[in-house]
Amino acid sequence: MLYAILCYNSEAAVGAWSKQYHDETMARLHVVNDKLAKQGRLGPVARLLPTTAATTLRKSGGESLVIDGPFAETKEQLLGFYIVDCASLDQAIETAKELAIANPGTGSYEIRPVAELHESQLPVQRKPAA
Amino acid sequence: MNDLGWIDAVLTAARPQAVGALLRYFRDLDTAEEAFQEACLRALKTWPQNGPPRDAAAWLIFVGRNAAMDDVRRRAKQVALPDEAAISDLGDAESELADRLDGEQYRDDILRLLFVCCHPGLPATQQIALALRIVCGLSVKQIARAFLVGEAAMEQRITRAKARIGDAGLPFETPGAVERAERLATVSAMIYLVFNEGYSARAGETATRGTLAEQGIWLVRLLLRIFPQEPEVMGLAALMLLQQSRAAARFDDKGAIILLEDQDRSLWDGKSIAEGLALIDKAMRHRRPGPYQVQAAIAALHARARRAEDTDWAQIDLLYANLERLQPSPVVTLNRAVAVNKVRGPAAALEMIEPLGSKLSSYFYFHGVKGALLQQLDRRAEARTAFDRAIALASTPAEAAHIRQHLDHLDKESA
Repeated sequence: MLYAILCYNSEAAVGAWSKQYHDETMARLHVVNDKLAKQGRLGPVARLLPTTAATTLRKSGGESLVIDGPFAETKEQLLGFYIVDCASLDQAIETAKELAIANPGTGSYEIRPVAELHESQLPVQRKPAA
Repeated sequence: MNDLGWIDAVLTAARPQAVGALLRYFRDLDTAEEAFQEACLRALKTWPQNGPPRDAAAWLIFVGRNAAMDDVRRRAKQVALPDEAAISDLGDAESELADRLDGEQYRDDILRLLFVCCHPGLPATQQIALALRIVCGLSVKQIARAFLVGEAAMEQRITRAKARIGDAGLPFETPGAVERAERLATVSAMIYLVFNEGYSARAGETATRGTLAEQGIWLVRLLLRIFPQEPEVMGLAALMLLQQSRAAARFDDKGAIILLEDQDRSLWDGKSIAEGLALIDKAMRHRRPGPYQVQAAIAALHARARRAEDTDWAQIDLLYANLERLQPSPVVTLNRAVAVNKVRGPAAALEMIEPLGSKLSSYFYFHGVKGALLQQLDRRAEARTAFDRAIALASTPAEAAHIRQHLDHLDKESA
């Protein structure tokens, strides 16, 4: 079964990581990524830009309103997600734990079973550039 | 696992909010800073064992305030407050405090903290040093290194600046809408100064001075978090991110400046560009243009061009015309002339900058641009004069080296 692992953390704290801490954490996360990829369990992975870059479209009663910022003001923000193929919820929790160990400190990982995943039409390895 | 690295980041992230609130309680910068320092020490003691508090800033404010009051009471020989180990899970007290401090008040606390660094009596370098010390929490040693001065000199500079703002009196009344907007503009300018101090660093200095550009971006993100709907703050953030995205491509191996047109665009940082473009797109939807947004829009056109020859110079010319109206300055006109050269040719551009000669006579870039335009028009002797003047005015070896390349080129053409 496919699971989305939604990664929440304090954006302000992550933004204050030293370069060294950032690089070390990313290196550890890549180890987990590589392992999942080798097992053929890794789907799309996204790291999102800060919520300050976000825009929210709110629709109520046919009217839609464009608001600057994320959908909800929360203490921890959605910073990215993984789509992972897991045999069971236990395995999904294990995978989230591996991510949590690679990325120490606070943080929450919401494990959401995926109902449908449509095939991507994007070229593989698209760089987040202009 | 490197837990301290994480705690360090949490403390840095919470700092503006916590010091801002403590400043409001104690109405004294040194007391607020000391209270925060004490709270940090206690956090380093208790967080690794007890786990992190849900709201780090609220914890630090609570503990910092108690520590400072405890200090006062101890001096008055009264009973001390309970140890923070017993209150590491602040529970009700924490959430009550967090609720009371939420929203507008937090925002005004942070804005005030930034604003006190912008005292108009302080020279730019002192404003920058204060912001780095008070808001970003850099050590005096780190700041001294970024400014390429000794630690003692920087310590003295910061102490003097603090005394100055203490004498002037800090603004504690809740600002009205107009005053808040004015503070926002002042703080934005100061943050851009922090960024530019790093961005304008010479080649070879970027390792130390580059910190300042990163801190500038950290500060503008902070400002954007408390003012998420202000198009000019989005514009400033976009401008800084788009400029910073080119950092790796700006100097050659010998330290000479590489012009935007000649930069290896594969060295540009895609993530900074993506964030900058997202922010300028958001800002422009508000249809409330301002100088930062226009400059960011110009930077965005450069960022969007995959090759230099794809640059939309006609649009850049229009944007500079816009900027001339919003913020008239000979330097803006000089920049516009570079776009005009691309669209209408060197004669039109030269005509545009000739009236600026008296105002920009000691400006390095004026003579550099003028020389390049004259060179294109094949007026070699005049070009050489302009380049010679530019070299005389160059403030860094990189600038001089860049002009020398032009002169070499002239020599080759004449040969």
